[in-house]
Formats: sequence, structure tokens, C-alpha cells
Amino acid sequence: MNREFLPAEDETRSAFDRRSFVKCALASGAALSARGFTAPALAADGQTANGAQFTLEARFYQKLDNRKIKCKLCPRECVVGDKERGYCGVRENRGGVYFTLVHSRVCAAHIDPIEKKPLFHYLPGTMAFSIATAGCNVNCKFCQNWDISQSRPEEIPAEYLAPHQAAAVARQYNCPTIAYTYSEPVVFAEYAMDTADAAHAAGVRSVVVSNGYMQHDSLVAAYGRMDAVKIDLKAFSESYYAKVVTGQLKPVLESLVTLRKMGKWTEIVYLVVPTLNDDDAELRGLAAWIKANLGPDVPLHFTQFHPEYLLKNLPITPVPTLERARQIAMAEGLHYVYIGNVPGHPAQNTYCPQCGKMLVERVGFTARQVLIRKNSTCPFCGHRIAGIWRA
Amino acid sequence: MTKLCERSRRNFLAQGLAGAAALGVTALCATGEPQTRAERSRVVVARDPHLRGPDAKADSPASSGIDTRRLQALLDQAVAPLFGFPATEKGAVAAWRRVVGAGRTVSLKVNTLGGRGMATNVELVEAACERLQQAGVAAPNITVWDRDSEEMERAGFRIATGGGRVQCYGTDHVGYEEDLAAWGSVGSRLSRILTRSSDVLINLPVLKDHDGAGVTIALKNMYGVIHNPNKYHPNGCNPYVADLNMLTEIRARMRLAVCDATAAMYEGGPGFKPQFSWPCNALLAAEDPVALDFVGWQMIERKRAEMGLQSLEAEKRAPRYIATAADREHHLGHADPAQIQLVEV
Repeated sequence: MNREFLPAEDETRSAFDRRSFVKCALASGAALSARGFTAPALAADGQTANGAQFTLEARFYQKLDNRKIKCKLCPRECVVGDKERGYCGVRENRGGVYFTLVHSRVCAAHIDPIEKKPLFHYLPGTMAFSIATAGCNVNCKFCQNWDISQSRPEEIPAEYLAPHQAAAVARQYNCPTIAYTYSEPVVFAEYAMDTADAAHAAGVRSVVVSNGYMQHDSLVAAYGRMDAVKIDLKAFSESYYAKVVTGQLKPVLESLVTLRKMGKWTEIVYLVVPTLNDDDAELRGLAAWIKANLGPDVPLHFTQFHPEYLLKNLPITPVPTLERARQIAMAEGLHYVYIGNVPGHPAQNTYCPQCGKMLVERVGFTARQVLIRKNSTCPFCGHRIAGIWRA
Repeated sequence: MTKLCERSRRNFLAQGLAGAAALGVTALCATGEPQTRAERSRVVVARDPHLRGPDAKADSPASSGIDTRRLQALLDQAVAPLFGFPATEKGAVAAWRRVVGAGRTVSLKVNTLGGRGMATNVELVEAACERLQQAGVAAPNITVWDRDSEEMERAGFRIATGGGRVQCYGTDHVGYEEDLAAWGSVGSRLSRILTRSSDVLINLPVLKDHDGAGVTIALKNMYGVIHNPNKYHPNGCNPYVADLNMLTEIRARMRLAVCDATAAMYEGGPGFKPQFSWPCNALLAAEDPVALDFVGWQMIERKRAEMGLQSLEAEKRAPRYIATAADREHHLGHADPAQIQLVEV
């Protein structure tokens, strides 16, 4: 689960509500139908009676005896009996065939600044058409969007939005990217893949906001289609992943290395939870690992925790804790370390690692000024600034 | 049995008609605090080898063929002795009156995931509703429910809402509470049927093997009460099953569990596998769901041994959540045979 939600963002969210996006999506579909596409009709409540239009055979699983299957999407490798669902709650075994129930089943859609993902070094100042389906393959006790991530698809309102419709909406609203976000894109990988293909055909890029808890092959197949990736690295200890996340750290680290080898632009968010993952040694280990395995130019965002869901007994992360984390990471040699969820903090800006001058000034989720040259260098000292700064 | 009851039983749910007339129920207080377990828990196992008529198919143990009169009698034999009453209709009504107390609304949580082959029998539910009404609960105050209406229909239930009849529908009709209920490892939204239509909860599970949990009986039947059961299957559902049953909303309401073991499954669950089913022709009743689960688990183990299969322990999928539910932290009931009074009828 990502950390995009903040109360102050409500205004941004309401700017593009469900009704608007459906209206927009249908309009787009109608427009596209002239070129051979047809937008499926929506039921009165936005869903069909049996969800058939959202149901597609999954692409990452193995058939077993007795109509069982083994899911090969994430490291959990759920063995799922007939009529049962995997841990994510959005994949179901029907007679020995595994199905995703959330293809094109969009439960949240908004137009957000790309900085909200957060992606700070990828097309700053642009907007991302951001979509999600129900479900998640972990269960973080601090989840901000648990109402969608921890629900089964039939429990929450959703709309049909086919891949080509999503691409059309993005174009219509001048969004250079579609972001797969809010819940956990791992569990709607097939939809994200198909949408990324449709979007690329329409000249729109794709970014994904993910926990990275994925098997190697599915990661390569799905996120290989993405143009940028943000990974939520929840902690740098297996015990935290076991107790707080209900997952494992090692596969996430492996995913980060794989993404690096694939050449995907990647940024990392680390939600600092007081007393649980804010130990100096852990933070130092995290930064050292990133530098050694991914390089010093990978942006690292230390974000502020807010009590939510099943972790309401802890306080908001003190700003000095975030500042200490940033100092530790920079001392380890990382070049771009940010503080997130603290509006107005100077560590939301981008500074040149060589001359120290401010290159991107951010106010909230708005990039107020971007001084980086077209050739991605610092205008003051000429140092190359890692990132994809312009479309 | 009166003619009215006969008609009511035959038509109820299947026809969607109203149940028998109310018998003077007194509506008083709502649910109380979670019950404290006695030092020993009684579990009644009632059997009737002649439960099925001569036309019942041997290779389809769960298929009807059940003599509904005998099933009603079997239910009486299971429930009445549990509370020290004679196993007569009068004794059974007194027992049910003890169960529902002054509760205004009573719900019966069935298990329909396995479909018609391995779900709580409609005939058993009818029999329970019959006695509940005789015990003074008005038909519209009785709700038969599970997670999903379509699953219930596939198991043979007829959805019925409104009017003066017994209500029958899935949580999908009313949804889940917005707020989370949390205990230990569990944080879930609860069915509004549980929270709003159940002063008293009657747990009506089935007896079957479960590939992950070992067995699924009364305690695990509560997975059908929450919005996110898929999150609680790792580690053999331990401690999730126990933690879930600790939720006050469940613990304070559940007064009785009657396990439908007319047909049971010793392997291959939770989906229905006819080849692993057998006509057990039994009902298990207890106030203590932990004790009931322990006894049911042993029945499955005995059947596995009889069929030449390894024990669940040997297969490393023994239902450890039962012991967890009985531990000092949970204390939901007893899982020690020395603390279980097994009454076989």
C-alpha cells in the first residue's frame, strides 16, 4: 500500500470523481468505437450481475492435481482449491482455472500530480491519470487505503474501464501518464499490462506504485511494460515484514535489483513508523544496501506515518526523526533523499548533489519551478541529475 | 406436530412463505457479555443410521434422501440433552428457549461455500427454525444467512426478505459495517446481519476437511462473517480463527453451535469432493465451539484412518487454531478431552 493519501489532498481527489471518470470513459469509448472499439454497457449500478466482464483467466499460475492451482504472481504462491480465492481476494479458482476478477474493474480513479505518487524525478509538474482496483497481496497494519486494498472486488463500487478507455481518458485530460496505484497493482497485473500496452499505442506512458512483492517472471512481464516504478520498501528487516506487512523483505529487494537491471526508472518510499522501523542501524543498513545494489542516484523518500487502520496506537512520525533518517542516508552516500508528507519542508526540493543548489522547488505536490536543463544537467555546475525530466 | 407446522416446514425457505405463528415471544434485552466457560463443556453427538430413506443414493451422501421427520428428531436429540432436557419435542423447545433467552432477533449462520453437496442442509435449518418459533421467536426475527446470496441459492436456499416470514439472504444484500472490528491479528468489517439482526447467533457449520486449516467446522465458519477472510488463511489459519472468534460482536452473540454432519468430508476440502464424502448421519451440538471443533476433528481423523489416509498431524495440517482458541489468552472453550463431556446419543 502506498502513502499517497493525505487529508489535504481531498480537493485534488474530488476534482475528478467516479461519475466524471465514467462519463469521460464512456465518451472516450464512444469516440473510439468509430475506429472499431465498443465500450461495454454499464449495468445500472455500474456492475454486471455476475462480474463476468471483469473476469479473465490469470496469466501467472500453475495447474495442480484435484483442480487446485498454485499462483505464480507473488512470492506467497497461494495454493488455491476449487471455488476459493488467493490471499489477495481478487483471484479465484473456478474448476481448476484461475481467474482475475478485477480486469478493467476500477474502484478508484483520479487525476493526481505525479509528485503525489511520489515520483520526483519523473516528468515533474505533470499529471497522472491514476487508477486502482480492489485487492492487495499484503496486509500492512498502517494501510491508508485499506477500504479498497483489503476488500474483495464485489464489496466495493467499481466501474468498467477497458484498457483503451483508460488510455483515452488520460489523453483527454492531458495526462502524459497512467498511474497504477492506491491499492496494489501486483494483484491487477493483467489489467495494468493490457492498459500499458493500450496507453503506449495511444502515446501515453505508464507508471506503477507498488510494494514490489512479486515473483521475478511476473515482475519482468508486467513491470517491463512500465516506464517508471515507485516501490514502497516498508522496512529493512524481515521481522517487520512478517509482523506488520504480512510479507517478506527479500523478494522486494530482489525486485528492486531486477528493476535496476531492466533499466526502469525507480524511486523508493520508506514510511517511517515510530519505534518499529526507525532505528539508526536499520536506516543505515537500508541506505548502504541501496547504494551498493542500486546506486546513489535512486531517490529515497522518507515519509511521515499517520495512525490508521490497525496501527492507531502510535504517534505521527516526528519531523526530527525524518530529518535524522535523511541525514543518515545522505551520510551513506545517497544523492537524492526526500522527506514526504510534511508540506513545506525544504527536503521536498531537489538539490544538486555536486553544488548543492536547489534545482526543483516543490510546494505540496506542485513542482513550482524546475531549473534542470533539457539535457538533464544542473544549470549551475553542469552535473548530470538522474531522472527523466521531460517527455 | 401440527398441520400448520407441517406446512410451514415444507414451505419455509423453499417456497418463501411465512413460518408458523408467533408463540408469545417476549422481546427484552439485547446481547450480553461473552459467556464464561464452565470447567467442562458438553458436546452431544446424535446419530441416526436410518436418517436417509431407502431411495438415498449411496454414492451421493449429501443429496437429499433425508427423512425430514427423522432429522427433526435428530436435532431434538442433539439440542435437548445439551441443556439437560429430555429429547422430546417439549424438551427441545425448552432447550431452544434457553438458547435464545430474551433475545429479540436470532440468526442462523449456515455454511454454503461447498454448494449443494456439502452445505448446511436446508431441512436442518427448517427444523431449527421450527423449534425457534415454538420457543417464541417470531418468524421475521429469524434470519438465515451466509456470505453470499448466490452461494446460498446454489446450496438450495430460497432468498426471502421482508414480510412475515423467516428471512433468508446473504451479507451481499446489506453489506458490512464501515468500522473495523479488531482483535489480535484480525481486523475486519463485520456483516451487518451479525451486528444488526442477531441478538443471538446460532452457528450451523458443516463437518469437513480443509486443505489449509485442517478442518473447518464451527470456529472457522465465522470466516463467513467478515469482509476479508482471504487474509486469514496463512499458517493453517492460526491464530486467525481464534482471534476472529474473540471479537466481542461474535463471542457475545454465539450461544449454540449445531454442526451438520449428516454428510461429512474427510479429505479434499473445502470444495465438495463426492469421492471423499461419507454419510455420517450425525449432528453435533455444543455451546462451546472449541469443544465441538475438537470432537468433530477427531471424527474426521477416525474416518481418515478408516480410509487408510494419514492423520492431519502427519500431513502437517492439524487444526492448531483449535488449541489456540482454548489457550489462556483466548479461553474460548476447551480443547482438552478431559474437559469435554462427550454425550453420544
